[in-house]
Amino acid sequence: MKIMKKAFQCHKISEGEASGEIMISKDPICFYLVDPKSGVVIERNHCLFGKSIAGKVLVFPNGKGSSVVQADGMYQLKMKGMAPKAMIVDYPDTTLVASAIIMEMPLVDKTDSSFKTGIQNGNIVHVDATHGTITVNSES
Amino acid sequence: MKLTEEEQAMLAGKYGQGTQTAMKIQVAIGEAFDAPYMVPITRAHVALSNQEADLWFVEKLVSQGAHCRIRPTVNPSFNWKQMKKITSIDAKDEAIVKRTDAAYKKIGAIMTYDCTPYLQLNVPRVNEVLAYSESSATPFVNSVYGARSNRESAQSALCAAITGVTPYYGFLKEENRQGEILVNVQAEMKTDFDYQLLGYVTPKKIGYKIPVFNNLVNPSNAALMNLGAQLNTGGNVPMYHIVGVTPEAETITAAFQGHEVKETVTITQADLDEMRSDLTAPYGKIEFALFGCPHLTLDQIKIVADLVENQHLKVPLFIMSSAPTQQLCQDMGYLQTIEAAGGEIISNTCMDQPCWKFLYGKKGVTDSPKCAYYTKRRNMEFVITELENAVKAALKGEIYDENHEKSVSMSQNI
Repeated sequence: MKIMKKAFQCHKISEGEASGEIMISKDPICFYLVDPKSGVVIERNHCLFGKSIAGKVLVFPNGKGSSVVQADGMYQLKMKGMAPKAMIVDYPDTTLVASAIIMEMPLVDKTDSSFKTGIQNGNIVHVDATHGTITVNSES
Repeated sequence: MKLTEEEQAMLAGKYGQGTQTAMKIQVAIGEAFDAPYMVPITRAHVALSNQEADLWFVEKLVSQGAHCRIRPTVNPSFNWKQMKKITSIDAKDEAIVKRTDAAYKKIGAIMTYDCTPYLQLNVPRVNEVLAYSESSATPFVNSVYGARSNRESAQSALCAAITGVTPYYGFLKEENRQGEILVNVQAEMKTDFDYQLLGYVTPKKIGYKIPVFNNLVNPSNAALMNLGAQLNTGGNVPMYHIVGVTPEAETITAAFQGHEVKETVTITQADLDEMRSDLTAPYGKIEFALFGCPHLTLDQIKIVADLVENQHLKVPLFIMSSAPTQQLCQDMGYLQTIEAAGGEIISNTCMDQPCWKFLYGKKGVTDSPKCAYYTKRRNMEFVITELENAVKAALKGEIYDENHEKSVSMSQNI
């Protein structure tokens, strides 16, 4: 087996760079419904219910929740060291964007169309939001 | 982004570090959404919460000398003076409320502590450009008044209040306000509560598109408030149209800005019923009733007062409202009626605050799915039903499913 590196373009929303393991959520994320002590999603009926997003590169469609709780959820996760390392979204909204910028968490959108089909949970990726690139390591 | 000379001066720090921080954040937001420039705002509403992130951010801006050019109204925290008569308040929680209050006063906010500013103290006109945060407020000002605001976060709204401008994108642009899907409502819509369910179920049916509701007749302010709050909680939809009701939707054609209606869905009574059973905790005994997410209007409080007049509540009942509404309730005698029955009207307070610790682990009744959504984090459980049913439940200390009762009595008749 050898490690292949594949690069994808994306669009910077909140600058910074980080590496981590991909975790894909098909459901929108409300960071307030994540336990700050463990990073575990506590929202019933969520596809990540019971799983920890701590230290992951979180790939999700969009944020949800009120104009307050997204920032506070993210802040508490960050303070406890349980925040995701970077975030990749399809539909950014003002609340998610402002929260990520203020909390200095890398956030990108507008990924290449092949990105979503080319990744799976557990892939190691490097997100360079500042320069608009994502590098995926995959075994072949 | 193309900035004016003054905006560039703000960004360069010529108006102080606090203004510079606010402008930096706004430019980053503008760039994220490809906004070409900034536009002036005339009003702002900040969803103050005295949660850690809120306090951290406002104190940071205050320490950098920021001051609001546009004085924003603010969301509730909790009324520690009033809550202390009901329960014991942790010293650290009281301290954080006072610190938040001091910081927001210093930055120049108007301390309204109300999540329904659009009904009383911060009411916009059509086409005014605003920076409103608070999930019930943004849909109301956009949809009901035809003013223009993005779904600001508490922090981005505060930045806009400081700089007096906001990036030009999203719902500020005419073309982004057009309806995207026609929603034919084939349900009776008898009560304001039906609008809660409609607001919650719609994003599940249509995703995050701007809905154009058809067949809704004379919704009350509370109904419109409920619809918007739930649309924006169940999804991220800060704008809707109602044909013949909201200003940008005189006709279906107007709501779609002359474009062809490409998609239509129907929402039936069965959809609302299913949503209701998904949202509510199981019926049975309840230990308290909590209303006011968003803050109850005078009309809603009158419904409660009429139901509890000369009665004794079996379980504690709490109503959260604005200070002006609370005052009016006192002048009208509703407050005295509710207090005599064993209930309370609490001003300036949100349900998502640590002053409600004495209810944690208990099961209550409410009329607001939004209330129940956020309290999952605080280990509270809610039966969700119409305001009238919820008040009746508080009088009895229990609530049973009417449909279930009907089927039981029918089988007994057989």
